[in-house]
Amino acid sequence: MSDLPKPNEFIDRIDRSIPRTGWMDTPIDIRKGMYCYAANPKSVEYVHLPNAHAWNPVEDDWHLPENWKEIIHEGFKTRLERFRSFKVFMDICVRCGACADKCHFFIGTGDPKNMPVLRAELLRSVYRNDYTTAGKILGKIAGARPLTMDVLKEWWYYFFQCTECRRCSVFCPYGIDTAEITIMGRELLNLLGLNIDWVATPVANCYRTGNHLGIQPHAYRDMLDFFVDDIEEITSVRCEPNYNQKGADILFITPSGDVFADPGTYTCMGYLMLFKFLKEKYGLSITWSTYASEGGNFGFFTSHETMKRLNSKMYAEAKRLGVKWILGGECGHMWRVINQYMDTMNGPADFLEVPVNPITGTRFENAKSTKMVHIMEFTADLIKHGKLDLDISRNDNLKITFHDSCNPARGMGLLDEPRYVIQNVARHFYDMPANTIREQTFCCGSGAGLNAGENMELRLAGGLPRSMAVKHVHDKYDVNTLATICAIDRAALPTLMDYYLPDVRVTGVTELVANALIMPGEGERTTNLRGEPLPGMEEEEE
Amino acid sequence: MDFKQLLQKHKRAILNQWFDLLAESYPSDTATFIKSQKDPFHNPVGDAARKGLEAIYDGIVESADPETFTAFLDPIIRIRAIQNFSPAQAVSFILQLKPLLQHHFEKDLTDSRLHREYDQVATRIDNLCLLAFNLYMQCRETLYQIQADEIRNRTFKVLKRSGLLTDVDDPVGSIPS
Repeated sequence: MSDLPKPNEFIDRIDRSIPRTGWMDTPIDIRKGMYCYAANPKSVEYVHLPNAHAWNPVEDDWHLPENWKEIIHEGFKTRLERFRSFKVFMDICVRCGACADKCHFFIGTGDPKNMPVLRAELLRSVYRNDYTTAGKILGKIAGARPLTMDVLKEWWYYFFQCTECRRCSVFCPYGIDTAEITIMGRELLNLLGLNIDWVATPVANCYRTGNHLGIQPHAYRDMLDFFVDDIEEITSVRCEPNYNQKGADILFITPSGDVFADPGTYTCMGYLMLFKFLKEKYGLSITWSTYASEGGNFGFFTSHETMKRLNSKMYAEAKRLGVKWILGGECGHMWRVINQYMDTMNGPADFLEVPVNPITGTRFENAKSTKMVHIMEFTADLIKHGKLDLDISRNDNLKITFHDSCNPARGMGLLDEPRYVIQNVARHFYDMPANTIREQTFCCGSGAGLNAGENMELRLAGGLPRSMAVKHVHDKYDVNTLATICAIDRAALPTLMDYYLPDVRVTGVTELVANALIMPGEGERTTNLRGEPLPGMEEEEE
Repeated sequence: MDFKQLLQKHKRAILNQWFDLLAESYPSDTATFIKSQKDPFHNPVGDAARKGLEAIYDGIVESADPETFTAFLDPIIRIRAIQNFSPAQAVSFILQLKPLLQHHFEKDLTDSRLHREYDQVATRIDNLCLLAFNLYMQCRETLYQIQADEIRNRTFKVLKRSGLLTDVDDPVGSIPS
């Protein structure tokens, strides 16, 4: 017994320290719970991306082609020449630190390499080494370092710890878009087949079947028909949608997540009810497509070319069906792709009409080139003109706050419409603190393809700032509902709430609209779309 | 002056040092940020630590019950349980209070009466560490549970919606035993 160490000796042996070395000399530690699994080579191959191969992030050998350094060097050079913005972003940062503490991943993980400036330095250090005179001569003194296997692994680890949310860019005095740097970093990694499976397989699925999940047309239809039955049970109204209807007024496209993942499914039921209402009252014909069955675009997280390919399907389908314009559902990055890239990528969509709401006459000038209107703009316009019949008391049991999804907020400036809609379909709405919403909104921590299961610790750490802002309104106003307009949010935030705030549940905004919407010919409604009793109907349900 | 009064009198100074020690469990750049950023929404780690440590300190002085301590510890441990810490590192900040107190009250503790009172406080700190470990484990179990739930929800519900799975709806008794 006397040989055993005493308790305090045990405690003294606990290493509480973290290496106090400079960032370039701090070795990479690929930690379980922080990274996503490697891409399935079949998925990489399916969309003709290079160097598809099996590999494992935690093994030493990533099985790269022999000339991998050359591939990266050439790829880097090509992108510097092709994208002026990338070249500028590599040169102009003065390391003022304004972005440093704005990243949810830095705030949540406490890992300095998640400071946006340092994430960018991962690329810049190699840029200086390979392409600048100062870097070539002075090396490390000028912040340059050669590309090595360790550097490449560091790129992979940290470029897949960025959700491309662009919060840091809001604070950069030069307007450096760090998301663009991550996009480039991921493009370079893709040249070596180093994608994550949560991105690569949805991309392959979307390319083949039209949506990330690989739901085939008949199954997609089955899913929606199932919702039609559910809605009928609740409202006594059958909301049969149009499928692939040629000559419809409008093509509706939403993320496939809404079709199968709770609680997005309730939002999807909301769309079906809204469109039925508009058809019955105003004769508006909206069609769904079982081919362009995905709003999201994980190609955006892979390469510009892949993004373009996946985006084109939506417009090809609009052309085939001969609709006037496209209505888009509650999605996140779909809107950034539409608003910032589509026009110069696959557009302008001249074969479509400038979107006009046939019921109100409103012309959506902001969408005159992309021809694609956000469902929140559309619904807000209908409400503004008094075109919806609403019983907002049905949402009286909800105390709601709104999470601005990064892409609609910062990528297209959609800030007021969702709030306007919520406040017109429910009575109790409380915004989170000003520096956590609107342009400064904190990401859910799971965007840009990081909503996998294996990187849960990363997701929970990244979602910490958002959760603490929700906790604030939960403690202060008793908020019990977190509304959002993004399918990834609807998938990711419930998990986040389970960990930090189990009392708060997540909803899409159109679900709230549908609960309040008085359908023509409806029976007495005693439950909401989730089958829970409406306020005042608790006894009827028992 | 008894040890409790000493703790109350020196509260601010000890709390500041304790907070700094917790912040320094992170890399130096992060520690600087945690110490300096005052906005609670931009610095939830620092905010949870500042509020939590103060409540815990008061709880130690007043010898609060385990439920109260658990409520104070939860916000700090919930965050540290998902960060890059070993289980020991995640809860070690609690034990750091003991050497801090020993050092701060070095002269006072030569008095045997005060030292006996300190020993009681030290026992409370040890117990607190055990509570923190319970919390840490609960957080880790929640983490694994929600991971499992996500996978279950993603697959099971699709199978059910697609009609490949159905609930048992035969009337009771209709199935021969």
